[in-house]
Amino acid sequence: MGEVIVITSGKGGVGKTTTTANIGTGLAKLGKSVVLIDTDIGLRNLDVVMGLENRIVYNLVDVIEGTCRINQALIKDKRTPNLYLLPSAQTKDKTAVSPEQMKKLADELRENFDYILMDCPAGIEQGFKNAIAGATRALIVTTPEMSAVRDADRIIGLLEAAEMEKTELIVNRIRPDMVKREEMLSSEDVVDVLRIDLIGVVPDDENIVISTNKGEPLVGSDTMAGKAYLNICKRIMGEEVPWLDLYHKDGIMSKFASIFKKKN
Amino acid sequence: MFFDNFFKKKSSGSVAKDRLKLVLVTDRANCSPDLMEQMKKDIIDVISKYVEIDLKGLDIKITQTESGEGNGSVPALIANIPISEMKVKNS
Repeated sequence: MGEVIVITSGKGGVGKTTTTANIGTGLAKLGKSVVLIDTDIGLRNLDVVMGLENRIVYNLVDVIEGTCRINQALIKDKRTPNLYLLPSAQTKDKTAVSPEQMKKLADELRENFDYILMDCPAGIEQGFKNAIAGATRALIVTTPEMSAVRDADRIIGLLEAAEMEKTELIVNRIRPDMVKREEMLSSEDVVDVLRIDLIGVVPDDENIVISTNKGEPLVGSDTMAGKAYLNICKRIMGEEVPWLDLYHKDGIMSKFASIFKKKN
Repeated sequence: MFFDNFFKKKSSGSVAKDRLKLVLVTDRANCSPDLMEQMKKDIIDVISKYVEIDLKGLDIKITQTESGEGNGSVPALIANIPISEMKVKNS
Protein backbone atom coordinates (compact mmCIF):
# COMPACT_ATOMS: atom_id res chain seq x y z
CA MET A 1 0.00 0.00 0.00
CA GLY A 2 1.32 3.41 -0.95
CA GLU A 3 1.52 6.57 1.11
CA VAL A 4 -0.54 9.66 0.36
CA ILE A 5 1.30 12.90 1.08
CA VAL A 6 -0.15 16.39 0.79
CA ILE A 7 2.13 19.36 0.09
CA THR A 8 0.55 22.44 1.59
CA SER A 9 1.42 25.90 2.93
CA GLY A 10 -1.55 28.19 3.51
CA LYS A 11 0.14 31.13 1.83
CA GLY A 12 0.49 31.18 -1.93
CA GLY A 13 3.74 31.57 -3.82
CA VAL A 14 6.04 29.83 -1.34
CA GLY A 15 6.93 26.99 -3.71
CA LYS A 16 4.39 24.21 -3.15
CA THR A 17 4.16 23.24 -6.80
CA THR A 18 7.92 23.34 -7.36
CA THR A 19 8.36 21.26 -4.22
CA THR A 20 5.75 18.72 -5.33
CA ALA A 21 7.37 18.41 -8.77
CA ASN A 22 10.86 17.95 -7.36
CA ILE A 23 9.94 15.56 -4.56
CA GLY A 24 7.79 13.49 -6.90
CA THR A 25 10.52 13.30 -9.52
CA GLY A 26 13.12 12.56 -6.85
CA LEU A 27 11.15 9.69 -5.34
CA ALA A 28 10.68 8.22 -8.82
CA LYS A 29 14.41 8.58 -9.51
CA LEU A 30 15.03 6.66 -6.30
CA GLY A 31 13.03 3.80 -7.77
CA LYS A 32 9.56 4.43 -6.37
CA SER A 33 6.32 4.57 -8.36
CA VAL A 34 4.75 8.00 -7.96
CA VAL A 35 1.59 9.87 -8.94
CA LEU A 36 1.41 13.65 -8.65
CA ILE A 37 -2.07 15.13 -8.36
CA ASP A 38 -2.67 18.80 -9.04
CA THR A 39 -5.64 19.53 -6.77
CA ASP A 40 -5.80 23.24 -7.57
CA ILE A 41 -8.93 23.10 -9.71
CA GLY A 42 -9.29 26.14 -11.97
CA LEU A 43 -5.63 27.15 -11.64
CA ARG A 44 -3.60 24.40 -13.30
CA ASN A 45 0.16 24.70 -12.66
CA LEU A 46 1.92 21.46 -11.90
CA ASP A 47 1.77 20.33 -15.55
CA VAL A 48 3.83 23.35 -16.61
CA VAL A 49 6.45 22.87 -13.90
CA MET A 50 6.73 19.21 -14.97
CA GLY A 51 6.89 20.18 -18.65
CA LEU A 52 3.87 18.02 -19.46
CA GLU A 53 1.39 20.74 -20.46
CA ASN A 54 1.10 19.55 -24.06
CA ARG A 55 0.09 16.02 -23.17
CA ILE A 56 -3.09 16.62 -21.20
CA VAL A 57 -6.21 14.88 -22.48
CA TYR A 58 -8.24 14.17 -19.36
CA ASN A 59 -8.03 15.72 -15.90
CA LEU A 60 -8.88 15.22 -12.24
CA VAL A 61 -12.51 16.29 -12.63
CA ASP A 62 -12.97 13.90 -15.58
CA VAL A 63 -11.78 11.05 -13.35
CA ILE A 64 -14.00 12.08 -10.43
CA GLU A 65 -17.04 12.49 -12.68
CA GLY A 66 -16.39 9.17 -14.37
CA THR A 67 -15.82 10.63 -17.85
CA CYS A 68 -12.68 8.50 -18.10
CA ARG A 69 -10.77 5.85 -16.18
CA ILE A 70 -7.87 6.84 -13.92
CA ASN A 71 -5.33 5.25 -16.24
CA GLN A 72 -6.54 7.31 -19.18
CA ALA A 73 -5.97 10.56 -17.28
CA LEU A 74 -2.52 9.73 -15.86
CA ILE A 75 0.22 11.38 -17.92
CA LYS A 76 3.51 9.55 -18.03
CA ASP A 77 6.56 11.71 -17.32
CA LYS A 78 8.91 12.47 -20.20
CA ARG A 79 12.15 11.42 -18.54
CA THR A 80 11.60 9.55 -15.31
CA PRO A 81 10.00 6.10 -15.39
CA ASN A 82 7.23 5.24 -12.91
CA LEU A 83 6.25 8.89 -12.57
CA TYR A 84 2.75 10.08 -13.50
CA LEU A 85 0.78 13.31 -13.33
CA LEU A 86 -2.94 13.70 -12.83
CA PRO A 87 -3.54 17.27 -13.96
CA SER A 88 -6.14 19.62 -12.60
CA ALA A 89 -9.12 20.91 -14.59
CA GLN A 90 -8.79 24.40 -15.93
CA THR A 91 -12.46 25.19 -16.57
CA LYS A 92 -14.19 23.87 -13.44
CA ASP A 93 -14.02 25.25 -9.91
CA LYS A 94 -13.23 23.72 -6.54
CA THR A 95 -16.80 22.66 -5.84
CA ALA A 96 -16.60 20.13 -8.69
CA VAL A 97 -14.85 17.75 -6.28
CA SER A 98 -15.62 16.74 -2.68
CA PRO A 99 -13.23 15.55 0.05
CA GLU A 100 -14.95 12.13 0.03
CA GLN A 101 -14.32 11.73 -3.69
CA MET A 102 -10.68 12.73 -3.27
CA LYS A 103 -10.21 10.21 -0.49
CA LYS A 104 -11.72 7.46 -2.63
CA LEU A 105 -9.42 8.36 -5.51
CA ALA A 106 -6.36 8.42 -3.23
CA ASP A 107 -7.28 5.02 -1.79
CA GLU A 108 -7.58 3.55 -5.26
CA LEU A 109 -4.20 4.91 -6.32
CA ARG A 110 -2.56 3.65 -3.12
CA GLU A 111 -3.05 0.11 -4.31
CA ASN A 112 -0.85 0.59 -7.37
CA PHE A 113 1.68 3.27 -6.43
CA ASP A 114 4.25 3.80 -3.67
CA TYR A 115 3.62 7.52 -3.28
CA ILE A 116 0.71 9.77 -4.17
CA LEU A 117 1.57 13.46 -3.81
CA MET A 118 -1.21 16.02 -3.58
CA ASP A 119 -0.26 19.54 -4.64
CA CYS A 120 -2.57 21.63 -2.48
CA PRO A 121 -3.92 25.04 -3.51
CA ALA A 122 -3.24 28.11 -1.35
CA GLY A 123 -5.83 28.98 1.25
CA ILE A 124 -7.80 27.01 3.81
CA GLU A 125 -11.09 26.54 1.98
CA GLN A 126 -12.58 23.71 -0.06
CA GLY A 127 -9.47 23.14 -2.17
CA PHE A 128 -7.38 22.60 0.97
CA LYS A 129 -9.97 20.23 2.43
CA ASN A 130 -10.01 18.25 -0.82
CA ALA A 131 -6.23 17.98 -0.94
CA ILE A 132 -5.79 16.75 2.64
CA ALA A 133 -8.79 14.39 2.61
CA GLY A 134 -6.96 11.26 1.49
CA ALA A 135 -3.54 12.07 2.94
CA THR A 136 -1.91 10.54 6.00
CA ARG A 137 1.20 12.68 5.85
CA ALA A 138 1.63 16.40 5.25
CA LEU A 139 4.64 18.42 4.16
CA ILE A 140 4.27 22.08 5.01
CA VAL A 141 6.23 24.43 2.80
CA THR A 142 7.12 27.82 4.16
CA THR A 143 9.60 30.58 3.40
CA PRO A 144 11.51 32.47 6.12
CA GLU A 145 9.01 35.32 6.06
CA MET A 146 6.62 36.27 8.81
CA SER A 147 3.50 36.05 6.66
CA ALA A 148 4.35 32.58 5.35
CA VAL A 149 5.29 31.24 8.80
CA ARG A 150 2.13 32.64 10.31
CA ASP A 151 0.00 30.94 7.66
CA ALA A 152 1.95 27.72 8.17
CA ASP A 153 1.05 27.86 11.86
CA ARG A 154 -2.63 28.12 10.93
CA ILE A 155 -2.29 25.14 8.61
CA ILE A 156 -0.55 23.09 11.32
CA GLY A 157 -3.51 23.78 13.61
CA LEU A 158 -5.99 22.71 10.93
CA LEU A 159 -4.03 19.55 10.16
CA GLU A 160 -3.96 18.67 13.86
CA ALA A 161 -7.71 19.15 14.02
CA ALA A 162 -8.07 16.91 10.95
CA GLU A 163 -5.93 14.28 12.74
CA MET A 164 -3.17 14.16 10.15
CA GLU A 165 -0.83 11.35 11.20
CA LYS A 166 2.45 13.03 10.34
CA THR A 167 3.26 16.68 9.67
CA GLU A 168 6.72 17.84 8.62
CA LEU A 169 8.22 21.15 7.61
CA ILE A 170 10.18 22.31 4.58
CA VAL A 171 11.78 25.74 4.81
CA ASN A 172 12.14 27.00 1.26
CA ARG A 173 14.13 29.86 -0.28
CA ILE A 174 16.61 30.28 2.53
CA ARG A 175 19.32 32.79 1.71
CA PRO A 176 22.33 31.68 3.74
CA ASP A 177 24.11 35.02 3.31
CA MET A 178 21.15 36.89 4.80
CA VAL A 179 20.71 34.35 7.62
CA LYS A 180 24.39 34.80 8.43
CA ARG A 181 23.89 38.57 8.70
CA GLU A 182 20.83 37.87 10.85
CA GLU A 183 18.65 39.70 8.37
CA MET A 184 16.53 36.62 7.70
CA LEU A 185 14.85 34.03 9.89
CA SER A 186 16.92 30.85 9.93
CA SER A 187 15.39 27.41 9.52
CA GLU A 188 16.10 26.90 13.25
CA ASP A 189 14.12 30.04 14.05
CA VAL A 190 11.18 28.78 12.00
CA VAL A 191 11.27 25.35 13.65
CA ASP A 192 11.54 27.00 17.05
CA VAL A 193 8.42 29.01 16.39
CA LEU A 194 6.33 26.33 14.68
CA ARG A 195 7.49 23.37 16.76
CA ILE A 196 7.18 20.62 14.16
CA ASP A 197 9.74 18.26 12.67
CA LEU A 198 11.96 19.65 9.95
CA ILE A 199 12.37 17.44 6.88
CA GLY A 200 14.17 19.82 4.55
CA VAL A 201 15.81 23.19 3.99
CA VAL A 202 15.98 24.39 0.39
CA PRO A 203 18.17 27.38 -0.42
CA ASP A 204 17.02 30.15 -2.71
CA ASP A 205 18.59 29.03 -5.97
CA GLU A 206 18.29 30.67 -9.38
CA ASN A 207 18.51 27.22 -10.93
CA ILE A 208 14.91 26.70 -9.78
CA VAL A 209 13.78 29.48 -12.10
CA ILE A 210 15.82 28.00 -14.93
CA SER A 211 14.44 24.52 -14.34
CA THR A 212 10.87 25.79 -14.26
CA ASN A 213 11.51 27.68 -17.50
CA LYS A 214 12.50 24.39 -19.09
CA GLY A 215 9.87 22.29 -17.37
CA GLU A 216 12.49 19.97 -15.94
CA PRO A 217 12.60 19.50 -12.15
CA LEU A 218 16.20 19.84 -10.95
CA VAL A 219 16.10 17.30 -8.14
CA GLY A 220 19.29 15.27 -8.00
CA SER A 221 21.26 17.73 -10.14
CA ASP A 222 24.53 19.23 -8.98
CA THR A 223 22.90 22.38 -7.62
CA MET A 224 22.20 23.33 -4.03
CA ALA A 225 18.42 23.09 -4.51
CA GLY A 226 18.79 19.85 -6.45
CA LYS A 227 20.74 18.28 -3.60
CA ALA A 228 18.37 19.64 -0.96
CA TYR A 229 15.35 18.15 -2.73
CA LEU A 230 16.97 14.76 -3.15
CA ASN A 231 17.78 14.72 0.56
CA ILE A 232 14.13 15.43 1.35
CA CYS A 233 13.12 12.46 -0.83
CA LYS A 234 15.47 10.17 1.05
CA ARG A 235 14.16 11.41 4.40
CA ILE A 236 10.59 10.78 3.22
CA MET A 237 11.66 7.19 2.51
CA GLY A 238 12.95 6.94 6.07
CA GLU A 239 16.65 7.39 5.45
CA GLU A 240 18.75 9.52 7.77
CA VAL A 241 20.56 12.12 5.73
CA PRO A 242 22.93 14.73 7.13
CA TRP A 243 21.91 18.36 6.62
CA LEU A 244 23.45 20.20 3.68
CA ASP A 245 26.00 22.82 4.57
CA LEU A 246 24.34 25.83 2.94
CA TYR A 247 26.90 28.20 4.38
CA HIS A 248 29.84 26.39 2.91
CA LYS A 249 29.87 28.29 -0.38
CA ASP A 250 30.43 31.64 1.26
CA GLY A 251 33.67 30.67 2.99
CA ILE A 252 36.82 32.29 1.68
CA MET A 253 38.65 28.99 1.49
CA SER A 254 35.91 27.33 -0.53
CA LYS A 255 35.78 30.32 -2.85
CA PHE A 256 39.43 29.80 -3.59
CA ALA A 257 38.76 26.13 -3.99
CA SER A 258 36.00 26.74 -6.51
CA ILE A 259 38.19 29.11 -8.54
CA PHE A 260 40.84 26.48 -8.55
CA LYS A 261 38.39 23.82 -9.65
CA LYS A 262 37.17 25.93 -12.58
CA LYS A 263 40.70 26.22 -13.91
CA ASN A 264 41.18 22.52 -13.96
CA MET B 1 23.22 49.24 7.21
CA PHE B 2 26.62 50.36 8.41
CA PHE B 3 25.07 52.49 11.12
CA ASP B 4 22.74 49.70 12.15
CA ASN B 5 25.76 47.60 12.91
CA PHE B 6 27.62 50.48 14.38
CA PHE B 7 24.96 51.16 17.00
CA LYS B 8 24.44 47.45 17.59
CA LYS B 9 20.82 47.71 16.56
CA LYS B 10 18.77 44.54 16.81
CA SER B 11 19.00 42.58 13.58
CA SER B 12 15.86 42.43 11.46
CA GLY B 13 15.96 38.65 11.70
CA SER B 14 15.53 38.66 15.46
CA VAL B 15 12.95 41.46 15.22
CA ALA B 16 10.99 39.20 12.86
CA LYS B 17 11.27 36.26 15.23
CA ASP B 18 10.06 38.27 18.21
CA ARG B 19 7.16 39.76 16.26
CA LEU B 20 6.27 36.36 14.89
CA LYS B 21 6.25 34.73 18.31
CA LEU B 22 3.93 37.40 19.63
CA VAL B 23 1.56 37.22 16.69
CA LEU B 24 1.39 33.42 16.86
CA VAL B 25 0.65 33.48 20.56
CA THR B 26 -2.34 35.73 20.02
CA ASP B 27 -3.37 33.75 16.90
CA ARG B 28 -3.24 30.45 18.74
CA ALA B 29 -4.90 31.60 21.92
CA ASN B 30 -7.35 33.87 20.14
CA CYS B 31 -6.28 36.48 22.65
CA SER B 32 -5.64 40.08 21.58
CA PRO B 33 -2.68 42.11 22.89
CA ASP B 34 -5.19 44.44 24.61
CA LEU B 35 -6.74 41.56 26.51
CA MET B 36 -3.25 40.34 27.39
CA GLU B 37 -2.32 43.77 28.80
CA GLN B 38 -5.50 43.89 30.86
CA MET B 39 -4.86 40.43 32.25
CA LYS B 40 -1.26 41.34 33.05
CA LYS B 41 -2.38 44.43 34.92
CA ASP B 42 -4.92 42.50 36.98
CA ILE B 43 -2.40 39.82 37.86
CA ILE B 44 0.06 42.49 39.02
CA ASP B 45 -2.64 44.22 41.08
CA VAL B 46 -3.59 41.04 42.89
CA ILE B 47 -0.06 39.92 43.66
CA SER B 48 1.02 43.43 44.69
CA LYS B 49 -1.45 43.19 47.56
CA TYR B 50 0.80 40.62 49.19
CA VAL B 51 4.34 41.14 47.92
CA GLU B 52 6.50 43.81 46.30
CA ILE B 53 7.02 42.95 42.63
CA ASP B 54 10.11 43.75 40.62
CA LEU B 55 8.30 45.20 37.59
CA LYS B 56 11.44 45.28 35.44
CA GLY B 57 11.96 41.54 35.66
CA LEU B 58 8.29 40.78 35.13
CA ASP B 59 7.43 38.40 32.33
CA ILE B 60 3.90 37.23 31.67
CA LYS B 61 3.09 35.52 28.41
CA ILE B 62 1.09 32.84 26.68
CA THR B 63 3.15 30.01 25.25
CA GLN B 64 2.61 26.45 24.15
CA THR B 65 2.96 23.51 26.48
CA GLU B 66 2.42 19.78 26.18
CA SER B 67 -1.05 18.90 27.38
CA GLY B 68 -1.40 16.51 30.30
CA GLU B 69 -3.37 14.05 28.21
CA GLY B 70 -0.54 13.79 25.73
CA ASN B 71 -2.49 15.05 22.75
CA GLY B 72 -0.19 17.75 21.44
CA SER B 73 0.45 21.26 22.68
CA VAL B 74 -2.04 23.58 24.30
CA PRO B 75 -1.72 27.27 25.20
CA ALA B 76 -0.39 27.99 28.68
CA LEU B 77 -0.04 31.17 30.69
CA ILE B 78 3.49 31.46 32.00
CA ALA B 79 4.23 34.15 34.56
CA ASN B 80 7.66 34.86 35.91
CA ILE B 81 7.21 37.46 38.64
CA PRO B 82 10.33 38.33 40.66
CA ILE B 83 9.59 39.42 44.20
CA SER B 84 11.71 42.28 45.48
CA GLU B 85 10.34 42.27 48.99
CA MET B 86 7.83 40.28 51.00
CA LYS B 87 5.28 42.60 52.51
CA VAL B 88 4.67 42.35 56.19
CA LYS B 89 1.13 41.25 56.71
CA ASN B 90 -0.77 43.58 58.99
CA SER B 91 -3.63 41.48 60.06
